[in-house]
Amino acid sequence: MAMDALYRDFILDHYKNPRNFGELEPHDLEAHDHNPLCGDELGVHLRVEDGKITDVAFHGQGCAISQAAASIVSEELEGMSVEEVGQLPASWVIEQLGIEISPTRRKCALLNLKVLRGATTGDASWPEG
Amino acid sequence: MTTVANRPLSGVRADFPILEREVNGHPLAYLDSAATAQKPRQVLDAMDAYYQASNANVHRGVYELGREATELFEGARERVAEFAGWDPKTTIFTANATAAINLVAYSWGEAYLSEGDEVVVTEMEHHSNLVPWQEACRRARAKLRYLHVSDEGLLSLDELDEVLAGGRVKMVAVAHISNVIGTINPVAEIAARAKAAGAVTLVDGSQAVPQLPFSVSDVDADFYAWTGHKALGPTGVGVLHGRRALLESMPPFLSGGHMISSVSAESSTWDELPAKYEAGTSPIAEAVGLGVAVDYLSSVGMENVRAHEAELTAYALERLPEVPGIHIPGPSADQRGGVVSFGIDGIHPHDIAEICDRFGVCVRAGHHCAQPLMRCIGMPATARASFQVYNTREEVDRLVEALHEARRVFGLTE
Repeated sequence: MAMDALYRDFILDHYKNPRNFGELEPHDLEAHDHNPLCGDELGVHLRVEDGKITDVAFHGQGCAISQAAASIVSEELEGMSVEEVGQLPASWVIEQLGIEISPTRRKCALLNLKVLRGATTGDASWPEG
Repeated sequence: MTTVANRPLSGVRADFPILEREVNGHPLAYLDSAATAQKPRQVLDAMDAYYQASNANVHRGVYELGREATELFEGARERVAEFAGWDPKTTIFTANATAAINLVAYSWGEAYLSEGDEVVVTEMEHHSNLVPWQEACRRARAKLRYLHVSDEGLLSLDELDEVLAGGRVKMVAVAHISNVIGTINPVAEIAARAKAAGAVTLVDGSQAVPQLPFSVSDVDADFYAWTGHKALGPTGVGVLHGRRALLESMPPFLSGGHMISSVSAESSTWDELPAKYEAGTSPIAEAVGLGVAVDYLSSVGMENVRAHEAELTAYALERLPEVPGIHIPGPSADQRGGVVSFGIDGIHPHDIAEICDRFGVCVRAGHHCAQPLMRCIGMPATARASFQVYNTREEVDRLVEALHEARRVFGLTE
């Protein structure tokens, strides 16, 4: 079933072997949140130098989409400014995943952005756009 | 008994129009009746007929239509009360089970709960029978205590006795059947022990009423709450059966229209039961629908409903372990209602449900509004299959097939 539209090899690889997974001690910014619908949990630690992200680590547990999305996004963050990360739109995350995300899985895909925004702007509302 | 579920109960499946549809190119296998049940045509027709022929507000109109609507609404109350085995005058229509439990948590809590008192709940409660008690305890400065769930998914009556022996317990709130692990709790015994210790009991019967042949009078709890939509009825209507002396002594929950006896500029007096607790216009069409739903269950026979669901549950508990890496928390088939939660190593329940859906198999995934229980069984989320009178063994087979497929998608097969 390598041809599965949602569970592509790319997604399953990031789910089974998540990049930048764990904790960073010390860290400069952090946030932790959950998806009340399914109980998925995700936290993020960020290290920052001169206003730019130098290190990122996600930790938590959840479905393939939420965990793979965090892993995929984590590889794009280094070098971005804190401000930039805080302004990333939901559509950017969906683009990184490269798969169709149905309305029922949207929160799974965007939990990583929710905690990133929480860590960088203090706004922990669900991302739109 | 085996003959019951080999085929759908005679004619039953054809009464549920939604079961004729396909989902993602497969016939619908609806295994989520613990969340909400499907509705038989008889219920839909009755609600339609009510709106098309008899709609008027109840307890007001002196005209024919108003009388007709009132008779249908109060007739539904009598049918629901008779089905449950309780007095219609102390059978209150609410919006759902959560509203029924909040009614008690607020009104009983205001009258009877004070600082230093204790409210006992269990670790297996649905949030609907947990959060209202957290809030009632916060308001009254009372203490919330939990009865533990054993590794086998059972409560301990010895632990209940120990907690009651402290002498501070005013309320014991417990589910009749767990919506996650399916445990059938000994609620009559719990109510009797609570009563002996001077505490009142509220039983959340949302899962039990559509599954078990029993009478609320035999449980003999002070309050028994349930919801219509899990009992083949519509959403928007729930039921609270209560002990008359308590319902009379408690203040009203919602105040406003219909529930008054007289209103002066400064204050009001309350109408008799059940009107005292039915402020505003009631869910009339929904109550009418629920009346037909319980008649439908009666016509099938609750003994048959239970036998059918017990057999499907036993069959699921027999077949599901064929799936490698599966974990099934909860008690054995004989102590369990028609619900089976499970997890599979390497696949999150949300993904399990997504892949099942591709085969038209509807299962729930998540924490099932029971987060303390999920911590207790050490599974942050589960997938859950639950059964009603219209389900078949073939649908259980399709679930097992879908789970094998989920493992293939996730590369877990050799």
